[in-house]
Amino acid sequence: MEFKDYYKVMGVARDATEAQIKQAYRKLARKYHPDVSKEKDAEARFKEVGEAYEVLKSPEKRAAYDQLGQGHAPGQEFRPPPDWGSGFEFSGAGGRDSDYSDFFESLFGAQARSGSGGARGAFHRGRGEDHHAKVLLDLDATLQGGSRQLTLRVPEVDADGRLVSKERVLKVQVPKGILPGQHIRLAGQGGRPSGEGTPGDLFIEVEFQPHPLYRIDGRDLYLDLPVAPWEAALGATVKTPTPTGTVDLKISPGKRAGSKLRLQGRGIPASPPGDFYVVLQIALPAADDDKAKAAYAALAAALPFNPRASLGV
Amino acid sequence: MSPSEDQVISGVIFEESALLSVKDLSRMCAVEERHIVEYVEEGVLHVAAIDTAEWHFTGAALRRARLALRLERDLELNLAGVALALELMEELRRELKARR
Repeated sequence: MEFKDYYKVMGVARDATEAQIKQAYRKLARKYHPDVSKEKDAEARFKEVGEAYEVLKSPEKRAAYDQLGQGHAPGQEFRPPPDWGSGFEFSGAGGRDSDYSDFFESLFGAQARSGSGGARGAFHRGRGEDHHAKVLLDLDATLQGGSRQLTLRVPEVDADGRLVSKERVLKVQVPKGILPGQHIRLAGQGGRPSGEGTPGDLFIEVEFQPHPLYRIDGRDLYLDLPVAPWEAALGATVKTPTPTGTVDLKISPGKRAGSKLRLQGRGIPASPPGDFYVVLQIALPAADDDKAKAAYAALAAALPFNPRASLGV
Repeated sequence: MSPSEDQVISGVIFEESALLSVKDLSRMCAVEERHIVEYVEEGVLHVAAIDTAEWHFTGAALRRARLALRLERDLELNLAGVALALELMEELRRELKARR
């Protein structure tokens, strides 16, 4: 296990005040929060920052961490001393249910991962907890509907009180027309109640893998369709793949690259169904033989055309 | 309750099937009912239907409530801040879509 320098993660000095730590956290949290961030590794960074803050904002945990941290460099191999944990009492009121690093858990234990599980049980007795999972499906699952095998990781507390992750394999009938971000609700597949009562539900949030042809935007699908310059200029009827099969698409004359054509109701078959957008891309034939070169030259000679007229040159 | 491995379980699209009460939402988000009521008062959540004096929400409200809770906890925002952030996020999404 590697030693983590929480001060470095937060970008604060070792003698930073509570106010400075709070300020640093808020700034980093806004930057890396997965719901708002555009950064590439936002989720990983946000977890790291959250974990560092969890330790540094609590005077007890910070004191314990400081004592332990003497003589350790970040990334260095680390084992907590055998008598670790005595003399410190952790309140464990964090309220986040993110998964902390092994380093954190070896120091503060799984009990410090707080979470709202206890509170939940307290005011909703008699029903198992709802479980949540997120899966990445192929686009066909929503276009056609059909069953998919899903492998979920389920955290469980083992006999020694440690948190372990178990695999659960489920075959689920994916409802046709489900949209990214929506949930499949599987009644009774969540947590068991403690004692009498009904089990909770399992909520599976759905996202889609990138499709080789179509871009997904909510209920709409986008396809980049290459067309020849003369097809765009003169108009043509061209074959286009769509989720419901190949169609003959009529292109009216005078289209430019980036022109969008809408096929209503041919997106994801939700209610209401999404639309299918074809975005035209002009593909140029290669000028790699005499015939092609002559054709380009003839076009150049025939047309007084300055593609850079709008640039003033 | 555990189905055997090859049994196919059918689910429903939660966002389109459910009408949730304040109690349901509070249970699913693991917050007190008062918190859900505050979200409605601040305009973070919208009530879809009212019958016999009880509020109902669409399933889509769950996603919004969870997002609001994450922002509130992780960014230490107050209710007005959450409402503003959600509004701006929506505006941004609309604009990005229009620019496509």
